[in-house]
Parts: sequence; C-alpha cells; structure tokens
Amino acid sequence: MTRKQRRAAFIAIGLAILALAVGLVLYAMRDNIVFFHSPSDVVEREVAPGQRIRLGGLVEAGSVETLADGAARFAVTDMVETIRVTYRGILPDLFREGQGVVAEGVLLEDGSFAADTVLAKHDETYMPSEVVDALKRTGNWQGEGAEASHAETYGQGAYP
Amino acid sequence: MIIEIGHFALVLALAVAVAQMVAPMLGAHRRDATLMSIAGPAALLQFALVLLAFAALTWAFLVSDFSLKLAYDNSHSAKPLIYKISGVWGNHEGSMVLWVLILALFGAMVALFGGNLPATLRARVLSVQASIAVAFLLFIVFTSNPFVRLDPAPFEGTGLNPLLQDRALAFHPPWLYAGYVGYSMTFSFAVAALLEGRVDASWARWVRPWALAAWLSLTIGIAMGSWWAYYTLGWGGFWFWDPVENASLMPWIVGTALLHSAIVAEKRGALKSWTLLLAIIAFSLSLLGTFLVRSGVLTSVHAFAVDPERGIFILGILIFFVGGSLALYAWRAPLLKTDGIFAPVSREGALLVNNLLLAAATAAVFFGTLYPLLLDALDGPKITVGPTFFNLTFAPIFIVLLVLVPFGPLLGWKRADIQAAAERLMAAAGLAFVAMLVAYGFMWDGPWLAPLGIALAVWLVAGAASEIAYRTKLFAAPLAESLGRARRLPRAAWGMALAHGGLGIAVAGIVGVTAWRAETIVALAPGESTELAGYTLTLEAVGMRDGPNFEATTGIVRIDRGERFVARLMPEKRRFPAERQEKTEAGIHTNLLSDIYVVLGDVAGEGKWVVRAYRNALAPWIWIGGMIMALGGAISLTDRRLRVGAPVNAKIHAGVRPAAAE
Repeated sequence: MTRKQRRAAFIAIGLAILALAVGLVLYAMRDNIVFFHSPSDVVEREVAPGQRIRLGGLVEAGSVETLADGAARFAVTDMVETIRVTYRGILPDLFREGQGVVAEGVLLEDGSFAADTVLAKHDETYMPSEVVDALKRTGNWQGEGAEASHAETYGQGAYP
Repeated sequence: MIIEIGHFALVLALAVAVAQMVAPMLGAHRRDATLMSIAGPAALLQFALVLLAFAALTWAFLVSDFSLKLAYDNSHSAKPLIYKISGVWGNHEGSMVLWVLILALFGAMVALFGGNLPATLRARVLSVQASIAVAFLLFIVFTSNPFVRLDPAPFEGTGLNPLLQDRALAFHPPWLYAGYVGYSMTFSFAVAALLEGRVDASWARWVRPWALAAWLSLTIGIAMGSWWAYYTLGWGGFWFWDPVENASLMPWIVGTALLHSAIVAEKRGALKSWTLLLAIIAFSLSLLGTFLVRSGVLTSVHAFAVDPERGIFILGILIFFVGGSLALYAWRAPLLKTDGIFAPVSREGALLVNNLLLAAATAAVFFGTLYPLLLDALDGPKITVGPTFFNLTFAPIFIVLLVLVPFGPLLGWKRADIQAAAERLMAAAGLAFVAMLVAYGFMWDGPWLAPLGIALAVWLVAGAASEIAYRTKLFAAPLAESLGRARRLPRAAWGMALAHGGLGIAVAGIVGVTAWRAETIVALAPGESTELAGYTLTLEAVGMRDGPNFEATTGIVRIDRGERFVARLMPEKRRFPAERQEKTEAGIHTNLLSDIYVVLGDVAGEGKWVVRAYRNALAPWIWIGGMIMALGGAISLTDRRLRVGAPVNAKIHAGVRPAAAE
C-alpha cells in the first residue's frame, strides 16, 4: 500500500464511522423525542392517544390514592385543566399533593394518562422548570418557592 | 476565627495562583530560570493554602459551628460523623473548594514528582494549571463564598439532603472530581506542548500516568454513582441517561480514547495532534459537566442551587478555556511534525479505529444531551431525549467497538497479520458461542438479543485472557516457562487485560439487568406472600424504628426458594425530621448471580403495604466489572515504564530546545 492509499483507507474508515453515527442519530430522533405538555396543552392541542409525552403540573390536592393492586392514582392540574394519571409503581419520596410533578407516559383513549415515570421535586422549594413555565402561561404562577434547589427524584414503573 | 483563617487562606491561594500563572510562563518564554523556578514552590504553597481553607470548612462541619452559613444549610448536630464530613462537599460552595483542592493537589504532584520534565515544559504546565485554579478561585471568592457567617448563630442546622446521606454517595464526588480535575492535568500538558511547539515520545509518556489516574478515578466515581442510583432510587435501574450522568460519561469516553491514542503517540510517534486534541476535549467536557451541574440549566438529582450569576461566570470560564485552547490548537498543531504513517491493519490502525468509534459514541451522547437544552434556550418546544435515543445510538457504536477490542492487543505495530490474530482468538470465539447457546438454553423466553450480549461479554473476557495466554505461551511451552513469562510481563499488559476483561464483566451485568428483569408490584398485608421468578416473598411484619437522625418504617420480607429459606430483607422508608424529607432504602439480597431487590411503598388501605420487588439478573457484575477496570488502571499506573520515566536528552534538562525531537 502506498502512503496515499493508506491515508485514503483511514479517511474511508473515518467517514464510514461518521456516517454510522449520523445515521443512528437521525433514526433515533424520528420517534424517540418526548415533548412536554401541560394539562391545558393536552386538551387544546388534542395530543393523540398513545403518543408518548411528559405531562407536568401540580398534583391536585386530595386526588392521590393508592389502589388495592398497588397502583397509584392522582390528578395533575395547571388550575385550568386537570388530567387523571395512573402510575403502577412506588411514587418518588418527595411526591406530595399541591406540589409540582412531571409524569412521563402515554395518553389513553378515555383521556386519562398512564405514567411509567414520575419525577417529583427534591425539597421544599424546588419546582420543575417546565411546570413553572406552564403555570406562568396559565397565569397561576404564585412566585413563591420559585428558587430551585436540589432536584428531581426518579420513580419508574411499568404502565399497565 | 478558624473560619476567617480559612477564608484568608483561600484568598491568599488565589494570589499565589496568579503568581504561579504569570511568572513561570514569562520565564519559559524568556528562558529565565529564576522566574521558572517559582512554579514548583508556588504550586506546593497553593495546595497548602487550599488545604487549610478546606480544613477550616471541615472543622466547622465537625464541631457543628452553625455560625458558618454553609454548615447551617447543610449540616445538623445529630448527623453521623461520616455525613458531617461528606456534608462539606454535599453543596455547591464546599464542592467547589474540593474541586480546587484536587486541582491544587495535582499541581503539587507535578511540582514534587515532575523533576524529570524539561524545565520549560514543567513551568508551562504548572502555569496553565494555575490559570485554571485562578479562574475557579475567582469564581469561589466572588460568586460562591463558602465562608459566609450568620449572626446570631442558629442553634441547629437544617441538615443535609437525605439522599446524600449515604456511604457510597459520600465518596462519589471526591472520586468524580479527581477524574474531572485529572483531565486538567492532561489539558495543561497539551497546552504547554502546543506553546512549546513540540510533542515527542517522552511527552506522551509523561502525560500517560495523568490520563490513567484521571481515567481510573472517573471510572470509580461513575461506578459508585450508578451503584448508589441502583440501590437508592428504588426501581433497580443503574443508568438513567440523565444529562448530568451523561456529563460524566462524555469525559470518560474521550478520556478512554486519550488513554489509547497516547500509547500510539508514545510508541510510534503518530497521532500526536489527535492526542493533543483529545486532551483538550476531555477537559472541555469536564468543564461542560461543571457548567451543566452548577448553572441551573439542568434540574436533576445532582444539580446544585441556581444562581444566574454563577452560570454566566462558569460559562465565561468554559468559553475562555475551551475557545482559547482550541484556537491555540488550530494555530500551533499544524506545526507539529507528524511521522510514523502506518498500515490500516496494525496496532496503530486498531487504536485509531477505537478512537474514531469512541469519538462517534461521545458525539451521539453529546447531541442527545445538549440538543434539548439548545432547543429550550432558543424558545423551541420542550423536549426530552429518553433512554431509547441513547440505546439506539450509543449502544450500536459501542457494540462495534466491543467486537473489535480483543483484536487490538494481538496486532503488531506498523503492520499486522489479521489472520494470525484471528487464529489466536479462535478459542475465545468458541467460548463466546457456547456461552450464547447456554444463555439461550436458560433464558429462551427473554429478548433474543440478550444471549448475543452475553456472547460479547464472554468474547471480551476470553479475548483478554487469550492475549495473556499468547504472551506467556500458555499451553505452548512448559508451565514453568509460562509462569516465568507471566512474572516478567509488564504490569501495563496485566492492567490492559484486566481493564478489557472487566469491561466484559460489566457488559454481562448490563445485559442481564436490562434483558432478564423480573418484577412485581403488589399490596400485601403482614403474613401475605407473592411470587417472583421462582422465589416466594412474604411480608412478615411492618414496624417502626429510630435511626440516628431519622425514623423509619421497616418492612420485614422473608424470601424463600421452594422449601429453602434464602434471606430476610428489611426495606425501609426513612423520614428525616430535620430535613423534612423521606428516603427509600431498598432491601437487596445478592448471590452474585442475581439480586432480589425489595422496596416498601405506601399504605394501600386495610393494613396493606405496597411492595415492589425485582429479580435483577447479573446486576452486581456491573460494578464488579467497573472495579476490575479501575484495578487494571491502577496496576497499569504502577508499571515500571511510568515510574522510571522516559530517558531524557541531557540538553532538554538544560532548558535548551533541541533542534528536532528524537
């Protein structure tokens, strides 16, 4: 092999790997991006059932119940619209009524939401930034506790 | 008083760092030995001063001096001793001081052990290292002062985030920082080499121990973090592709590439400017991680308090160092003499392919981590890039790499015989095939890809063993001769085999946990049982107990397999009154082949509790593999070649630039 051929071989290998990486990224981007929506978004923009989204808002006071089979049920609200959520799993340690939450999962035909991941804040003052923005848009942002500190905790489960 | 001494020492360290940044650089430029000689003592003094500042902070936490705001915010007198200490770095300000302490420690180590470096290179390295210290000390002093006092002093502190009150997590940050900051050392060496305009085999040899030390610290740090996530976050996952995790993974991958390319630069004089670029990128990604965690652009378990001023300051540091070093690279790198062109099929060629694949994997992680942030910054839609994205991009690239790993060490330098290498790997390939069939036999109902993953893991371990067997002529020569050869084998060879084999074991663990997980979630009353993957789990009782600074609801779960008693687990929900938080402690039983993992949830009415349980196949192997990799790094670090150092041209010692290297 001449010097030129060797260089060409390396350039070819490099380009092949680059093409592999770009191809994989483009392929993975097609349907593995999850959009964030507030309950109002879900109602207004008519998010299609089965589409994977992140739903964020406040846990409606008095809405949390643990079912006999171990699943949890609660409602997420942005003070305008409210969506019922079911989650098969153990809620994060800092999940509380009246506080910010982000649930990831799919919308069901009956308009309720099946979450497989629930993210809650980590201490008294934190609220997920998406939730803050969503509340600001609906005019229900109170401002207190806006200063974020340590952060989300993860809970993950299998949705039914 | 002690607090004020600490504060004063920190400011003094800043002044010393400024001197250490300016004088040696000027000295190296003018070939002024006096100015250059400031570097060493200044580095030692700077370390001593930062250590004093850190000790003052630690003292305040130990004696619960709540007149220190930091201690008030992050400590509590009832906290166990170990968490009083770890509380020092369990917050933004304190962890920044730890960061700079490690930075200064590395500088001091160059000052102590860098006697064999050429004088100008040593002066420039310490100067660049000091410039990083100046930036971060300025950051601490002006935006994140840890020595703020409270008057009047409160009687009690507000405690440390309970999630951070954990044995593995207590020492996760020091290891992680040692890794991040370790790459500051290779960065300083790269920038100094660019300024010198010279990279040769001895440069590569001097850089390698630092790259190795940083890599092994980062490996331990990441493994500890993922182990913590596994047993604390309560759902048995070990990696979340959370942006902050990715921020630590990216320097690790690039650092791995650097480790490999530095070998080529040392042994063959090729890939020099590529090695410099990797050294710059590895530290740039470490800085990016620091920015992401501390600027508030991310919210995750790891993120610290948000203060826009801090974010902008760190962004400034990031732009200065990344932009400055890349500009310097663009200007100076073309001047480097490259030599040692090699055939595509050769050890160098294999290492280059390894580097390209690692770079591609980093790029995929980089894109998935930063694209959502960029979109958000541009007021686009809020999106999340989930684990699926990374599984579809990072995993295939890494699988290609893993298939190729055993070939590399068996190829000769310059030009190699791939057929001979393949023949030496026949046994490993056979073992991998058998392992695949066995995995299909046992787990025929699992995902079809998983046995291939197990085959890949066995391929890596057996491939590493084949290489050692080949080099010691095992089975080809009398056993005594093989043992003699094994004893004489350089430690670096053992280190490499361990690192590659450990990687295989970690891969097996990842495959097992991902593919063969059994889980159940049920509401049980005391006395009731449930089944999980052949085990019977019985909730025997639920009671309360008091810990040192928490009260816990503890479940007692008995595990049986058929008639045989296996273990009794005690998953807990702990409430920390001082911090007003709760924390889940999973109960885990391991037999090293799989874990039974039990979490106690909420009350589900009528005296029942939610119990969630997993059987995680091969889970412990992830961290065992990680530790073996780190051990390989440590053994490699003690290799004679690195201890003794490169033979140095006498003229270089005198500080005179030789006409041409080598």
